[in-house]
Amino acid sequence: MPWFDYLKPLADGAWITVQLTVFSTILGALLSFIFGIGKLSDNWAIRAISIAYIEVFRGTSLLVQLFWLYFALPIAGDAIGLDLRLPPVVAGVAALGLNIGAYGAEVVRGAIQAVTPSQYEAATALNFTSRQTLWKISLPQAIPEMMPSFGNLAVQNLKDTALASLISLGDLAFRAEQLRNYTQDSTTIYTIVLLMYFGMALVLTAMMRVLEASVGRWRGARS
Amino acid sequence: MLFGITWDTSNGDLAFALSILPILLRGMLVTIQATIAGFAIAMVLGLVFAVLKSVPLKIVSWPAIVITEFFRDTPLLVQLFFLYYVLADYNIILPAFATGALALGVQYSAYMAEVYRAGIEAVARGQREAARALDLSASRTFTHIILPQAVPRVVPALGNYLVSIMKDVPVLSVVTVLEMLGVARIIGDQTFNYLVPLSMVGGLYLIMTLVASALVRFVDAKLPKRGLPFK
Repeated sequence: MPWFDYLKPLADGAWITVQLTVFSTILGALLSFIFGIGKLSDNWAIRAISIAYIEVFRGTSLLVQLFWLYFALPIAGDAIGLDLRLPPVVAGVAALGLNIGAYGAEVVRGAIQAVTPSQYEAATALNFTSRQTLWKISLPQAIPEMMPSFGNLAVQNLKDTALASLISLGDLAFRAEQLRNYTQDSTTIYTIVLLMYFGMALVLTAMMRVLEASVGRWRGARS
Repeated sequence: MLFGITWDTSNGDLAFALSILPILLRGMLVTIQATIAGFAIAMVLGLVFAVLKSVPLKIVSWPAIVITEFFRDTPLLVQLFFLYYVLADYNIILPAFATGALALGVQYSAYMAEVYRAGIEAVARGQREAARALDLSASRTFTHIILPQAVPRVVPALGNYLVSIMKDVPVLSVVTVLEMLGVARIIGDQTFNYLVPLSMVGGLYLIMTLVASALVRFVDAKLPKRGLPFK
């Protein structure tokens, strides 16, 4: 097979990779904010849950989490009489999102804590409630600070989607392995696949830069 | 049965868990070995890339920048498959463990190059000027003046990558390296009980990363902050 015949099946796989990346990054972003803010909560229960989530998902390997959700969760579900068999795509998005969300939560927490204390003092002086302070004072100033780290995490997440091929999700890495089994032409296939991932990462980096620039205007005056 | 150790599937989950613990610990040993091997390769290769990237000649620095960017932006799994299959096509047959350690080293060398570069740039200008005034050669300045001061600064960042590498080792199980997760999967395949071995691997990983983080903090505290003594 000439090399360009590989492009069609690989492009199909790349499309799955893109979808996986988008959905798991959105899930991860949501979890980042929920647990990053949760870790700063005054309520000890919310704080404890947030810390537990962050430590468990940062402290164990993504592949372990993925296999656990895919292979072990159904057995745990059986034991309590629930059907928790997840389709590969759900297990993949969930594992990737939960994993990247734990890293993102630390970014969110760090950025909120980095907002200058005088901003909070001013908010208190103006009698803002803590919810108003969070939405109108901390987050608008903290989000621009999070963006460079979020950009790195998004690329990290794109690379991590390759692991979903190990639970038989038909992404780019999976298609590469299928084609290799069929043609034995490892060098050409894996070179194309590496370049495709590289291209996707460059596009994603550029997109995150645009996003970074567009939220940059929220940045307040810094003292 | 694995590594000559049999498991106990007839006396409940706890007995099963206890019977497979020694097998998982065998796997953990391989995980630790792969982590150390990958980290060592990444440290050396990362320093090479950091130096190449800082060479003033564009013909040297540009390829180094593009290559490290490429290493950093492509998945470890695909790099691993590339090394595993493509090297074999050119009759370079490496054992699975060596291929895995090399893949880890290559991927993380790109990250570490950035860390080294930041550390090198953070060394005060006056140090370079003083070395120049004392007529030290460029290589001597680098190995005896710059590096000993740059290394202590970058230890915490390098240490974080040690923990990251540890968490990436399970990927090596796809090329038949019998590290902890690979072992757990074999046990699961043979007993149809994935819940116990995979949960144990998760727990053991938590312990390993906590210990490794503590170790990194300990080494960081022990290092002199102003620079390493060099003879």
